[in-house]
Amino acid sequence: MKEKPDVLQGTLALMVLKTLDVLGPQHGYGIARRIEQISGDLLAVNQGTLYPLLLKLEHEGAIASEWGASENNRRARFYRLTAAGRKQLQAETREWEQTAAIIARFFKVKAEDLP
Amino acid sequence: MKFLRRFLIRLLNFATRQSVDQRLQEEIAEHLAFQTEENLRAGMSPAEARRQAALKLGALQAIRERHHDEQSLPFIENLLFDLRYAVRMLLRSPGFSFIAIATVALGIGATTAIYSVIDATLLHPLPYPNPAELVRVEDDLPGVGAERVGISVPEWRDLESSGIFQSASITGTGANVNLTGSAQPLRLSFKQVTPNYFAVLGVDAQLGRTFDANDATPGYNLEVVISDGLWRREFGADPHILGKTLRLDNDDYHVVGVMPRGFRDQGSTSDEQNVELWLGAGFAGVPFPPPQRDSRLRSRAVLARLKPGLSITAAQGHLDALVESLKKQYPGDYPPQTKWTIRLVPLSETVVGSVRQSLILLFGAVGLVLLISCVNVANLLLARASVRGREIAVRQALGAQKTRIIRQLLTESLLLFLLGGIAASGLLFCTQHLLLRLVPESLPHLNDISINWGVLAFALAVSVAAGTIFGLAPAWLMSRFDLIGTLRQEGRGSSGSVGRSRARQILVIGELALSLVLMVAAGLLLHSFWDLFAVQPGFNPDRVMAIQTWLPGPNDPTTDPYQTATQESVLLREILRRSRTLPGVEEAAIGDEASLPLGHTDPGRLPLIREGIETMDNQAPVIDSPIVSPEYFHLLGMPLERGRLFSDQDLEDKPQVAIINQAAARTYWPNQDPLGKRVRLHLDTRGLVSPAKPVWTTIIGVIADARTESLADVAIPLIYRSVYQRPAKDLAIFLRGQLDPGVIPAQVRQQVQSIDATLPVFHAETLDDVLSTSLSVRRFSMEMVALFAATALLLAGLGIYGTISYVVNEQRREIAIRLALGAQRGTILKMVLRRGLGLAAAGAGLGVASALIVAHLMAGLLYGVSPTDLPTFAGVTLVLTTVALAASYIPALRAMRLDPITTLHSE
Repeated sequence: MKEKPDVLQGTLALMVLKTLDVLGPQHGYGIARRIEQISGDLLAVNQGTLYPLLLKLEHEGAIASEWGASENNRRARFYRLTAAGRKQLQAETREWEQTAAIIARFFKVKAEDLP
Repeated sequence: MKFLRRFLIRLLNFATRQSVDQRLQEEIAEHLAFQTEENLRAGMSPAEARRQAALKLGALQAIRERHHDEQSLPFIENLLFDLRYAVRMLLRSPGFSFIAIATVALGIGATTAIYSVIDATLLHPLPYPNPAELVRVEDDLPGVGAERVGISVPEWRDLESSGIFQSASITGTGANVNLTGSAQPLRLSFKQVTPNYFAVLGVDAQLGRTFDANDATPGYNLEVVISDGLWRREFGADPHILGKTLRLDNDDYHVVGVMPRGFRDQGSTSDEQNVELWLGAGFAGVPFPPPQRDSRLRSRAVLARLKPGLSITAAQGHLDALVESLKKQYPGDYPPQTKWTIRLVPLSETVVGSVRQSLILLFGAVGLVLLISCVNVANLLLARASVRGREIAVRQALGAQKTRIIRQLLTESLLLFLLGGIAASGLLFCTQHLLLRLVPESLPHLNDISINWGVLAFALAVSVAAGTIFGLAPAWLMSRFDLIGTLRQEGRGSSGSVGRSRARQILVIGELALSLVLMVAAGLLLHSFWDLFAVQPGFNPDRVMAIQTWLPGPNDPTTDPYQTATQESVLLREILRRSRTLPGVEEAAIGDEASLPLGHTDPGRLPLIREGIETMDNQAPVIDSPIVSPEYFHLLGMPLERGRLFSDQDLEDKPQVAIINQAAARTYWPNQDPLGKRVRLHLDTRGLVSPAKPVWTTIIGVIADARTESLADVAIPLIYRSVYQRPAKDLAIFLRGQLDPGVIPAQVRQQVQSIDATLPVFHAETLDDVLSTSLSVRRFSMEMVALFAATALLLAGLGIYGTISYVVNEQRREIAIRLALGAQRGTILKMVLRRGLGLAAAGAGLGVASALIVAHLMAGLLYGVSPTDLPTFAGVTLVLTTVALAASYIPALRAMRLDPITTLHSE
């Protein structure tokens, strides 16, 4: 069986921020689920690793959390994006897109294109 | 920013021990519940649903740990654990801990003590802003072998306008002045300075003002700035001192300012010589000679502040160009054969330059002691490794990482070194007054030496550095255990690891080598000091006391009661007559300060113009010229070689005569008879105002060489003149006989002041004291290095004792078997001793090689002994070998007396 690729810490953080940006406040399970869905099970996160990361983002001020009631009326901790987190997300998105674009251009280049 | 915020929150969590573990557990329970529901919806059985949910979540404990690490500071947490453990370990073996901490404290304490001396002297030589800009400007005439000939006023003006300096000031080299009008006439050190002097130093008055540069007058401007010390001592810190009149050498000066506390003149080193009065002067009018280019005064120094950012080398380059152009402009004043040059010397160099080598030597020596004590502790740590081998093996077997074990062991050794450092600092702090008494008074900035924050920071830094370096090696060696082997062997008397025992032997060899280096250094210094002490000074200091006085020299010479030698001789003859009547006095003589053997700072150099050879002052070589009364030579036991001594008939109105020493005869009249030769000592600071007719002085006698200038220099040319022909202001009264040093000064003062009540009498010393003071810095460094060497030897002895004991302990099984098989006990003894001897030989070999290098580096501090002095090297090697053998003898004896039955049974 082929191992699914590990998610790099930084990328996972970006995914968390984007998820919260799109879906609004979410609990830990919701975030994990969403990331799994979007990545098409490719990035089957060791879901527990999400929680230390959430704590780190909270310490950095990118997200905030509070207790609330879930859709089926259970007590759950909800995370939401802060203003600082939104700014961080925008900056990192830009960076990521730039990097991706550059890499894409590299892949397109063929030997005969080179002068 | 983000990082900082995260760190602060974590620090806060750590400090308040707040835990979010509870919250995590709840969240995870929720997560599992959600996932299980989902799985159930997907059609799994309840048990399978829960199992899959847990699997997907991952290892719960690992998550909790990472979560905990994230919210707190694991590094500090571990450090605290390690520290707690280290403290427990130290308390568990108090003997080991005590010895280790004491050894470290010894090394760090000694190093810190010497550092505090260096901190006050070499590192902070000048208490002025931007001290690196301050330079002395010195004029030399290398063509005629004359150094520091002084500067003339026109030359100073050239310097001021040269663009090299922010400002340049002329100062006198400092002299005495009488303050009269208080209960006792006081002799004070003063300095004439140009008004911009304080601006050059960059220090302002605490009360009143310093001199105003616009106040420049050709002569003295009758204003005085006084020191804080004088202000407090003599005037009770009177806030209304400004404008008061001080009567100095019978002239009235107005006080215009008081310098701040702690301001000390340029390089003044001790309070005795500290300048307490500054007089503003222009150096160009009465009583100074007219400002001509060729009228240089040796007693004038130039102190200047370089333009900011200008290096000394660059400034020297500009200055050389200036000198060249001046030589072209005034060829008559600067004859080419004299090779007139101007030299810039950093001011700090003139303050501490003389002791730099000694202090660096001391620091090097104490550094070696520190190194040896650290090596000793490292050795102790390694010795303990064999005891703790099992503990560490068990830890490793339980999965501890190697880095984690090293970190823990390192924490332990760091704690040990830090405790040592703290103990040393505390001890130093408590005993600093006691220790300072050991430092010779002639050391510059003695009063600035203190255990301050900088020094404490140094002690801390040294502790940490030493702890890291010397803790890392044992820790690394200890973590390299052969796990299985250790666990299997422990409890059956292991034979230890080969690496560890090799490391210990290398350490001991290093220790022995280092202590040999120190002992060679101490031996050479001791040898030099002994040679200097035993040197025949050429004069007899026994039972001689010198007591100083100072005759006032008013600005208007006509008001001077002692203007001419004839006038002064009345006073001097009366002082001598009365002194001879004092109890115990057998002989009495008078000379000026320059005649005080080894006790003067200013040798009073004058250009020596020989008849028919030189015609101008600035072409002439410079010679030291004391002024003495006829009895001087007999009193000091300096034999006449040729010609005659001064007689009572050599008076002011008779032909001028002089006596030279053999060195002067050799230097200036080689292969000639100097008797009857005529010379002129021009630029004489004394009696300048009297019309300077060219008067020839005839040499009438040659005196045997004596080391009155410096014990270490064989003979410096000297020319003596009679005080009855040349008046002197700075007088020393010499008395020989059965003198009571506690009584004589007061008796002399009473006699002198009953002749002239305005004369101060001060600074009474026996020549033996003067002699030993002149050697004080040498003695200090010799004693210190000897002390360090003894310490090093002791530590090295302990080191070799420990190592051999350890070797014997490791081999006791083998020794017991040998004995059981019939080995002679003598053979066992020899076997162990051979081990010790081997270490000693290796250490001595390495040590001798390094000592040769070190001895050559310190050649400048040696006197009368070659840096490769064979007896010293041989003696030291012998001592070291003896100590090493003695230290191995005790464990060897123990090995010999081993009872094979008990030993083998107990294993």
